Amino acid sequence: MDALFQFLLRMGDNTLVLGHRVSEWCGHSPILEEDIALANTALDMIGQTQLWLGLAGEVEGKGRSADDLAFLRDAWDFRNVLLVELPNGDFGQTMMRQFLFDAWNVTMLGRLMQSSDKRVADIAEKASKEAAYHVERSGDTVVGLGDGTEESHARMQAALDYLWPYVGEMFESDDVDAAMVEAGISPDPASLRGEFDELVGRVLAEATLTIPASPYAHKGGRTGYMHTEHLGHLLATMQWLQRAYPGAKW
Amino acid sequence: MSNEWPLWEIFIRGQHGMSHRHVGSLHAPDAEMAIKNARDVYTRRNEGVSIWAVEARHIAASSPEEKGPLYEPSNSKVYRHPTFFDIPDEVGSM
Repeated sequence: MDALFQFLLRMGDNTLVLGHRVSEWCGHSPILEEDIALANTALDMIGQTQLWLGLAGEVEGKGRSADDLAFLRDAWDFRNVLLVELPNGDFGQTMMRQFLFDAWNVTMLGRLMQSSDKRVADIAEKASKEAAYHVERSGDTVVGLGDGTEESHARMQAALDYLWPYVGEMFESDDVDAAMVEAGISPDPASLRGEFDELVGRVLAEATLTIPASPYAHKGGRTGYMHTEHLGHLLATMQWLQRAYPGAKW
Repeated sequence: MSNEWPLWEIFIRGQHGMSHRHVGSLHAPDAEMAIKNARDVYTRRNEGVSIWAVEARHIAASSPEEKGPLYEPSNSKVYRHPTFFDIPDEVGSM
């Protein structure tokens, strides 16, 4: 059961941390329509978080709610991949990060719809419709900016160069994954790589962007071994109200 | 060249069998993004089942100055309204 709990934390922390990151754009986006679209995406991610962390709390059986898990854990207990905690950077970097995560998420959710655990399959089915829209939107934006002006192309290539070393972690496998595969709950992350590469390769080629050659991958987020310095700052902003006023409700 | 994205007029059909209605306008670089933006701006509360986006410059509009010749002649022609029929209740809204 602990492996299932860890697996659910990984799913929920990915969407929680990315949802919070994307919400940081609210009121700051380059154009009104994108502002609303990003806020919608952030809310979708938080919605998926409620489902994943809600189930995580249930599976853990210690009476912790999704809110408890989101607001009352510290950085070392988070299990999100490093990619999603990286700073927003410019709009292009945010959209590139979104696309890389969306491409993984939509692939993963597609497989999880076949999960042997019906609760997991149900969440995946609901979330996959949102993810399908997200990846279409972020993919179109990556193409528009990548194959845009000289300036936008350079920024998108810089974003890809910066973010690509964080892609590999999404396909790492460990004991938790082995237990999930054994139980038929989740696929081996490594098995998603072909589908991901096909989708990402097609979009980035259309965006006239070049995938960096180095296979180097930063890791340590999904195992909790070591997050980047950015996660602590994000949590300080996200959690301060519950920390300063424990149990506050409105 | 203008840095502004073109303006699009958005029409949404609320449910099957109804017609598309104008809901507002937005900016987008192309038709596909106009539909995506419309989805995010105008259907986030489950308002629609179909979206049309028309670039605003393609809409021909009547001129407000011409409202006299265009519309006033019909003011005095009540016989053009189908108000002289009894409509059975079973017909519902028309």
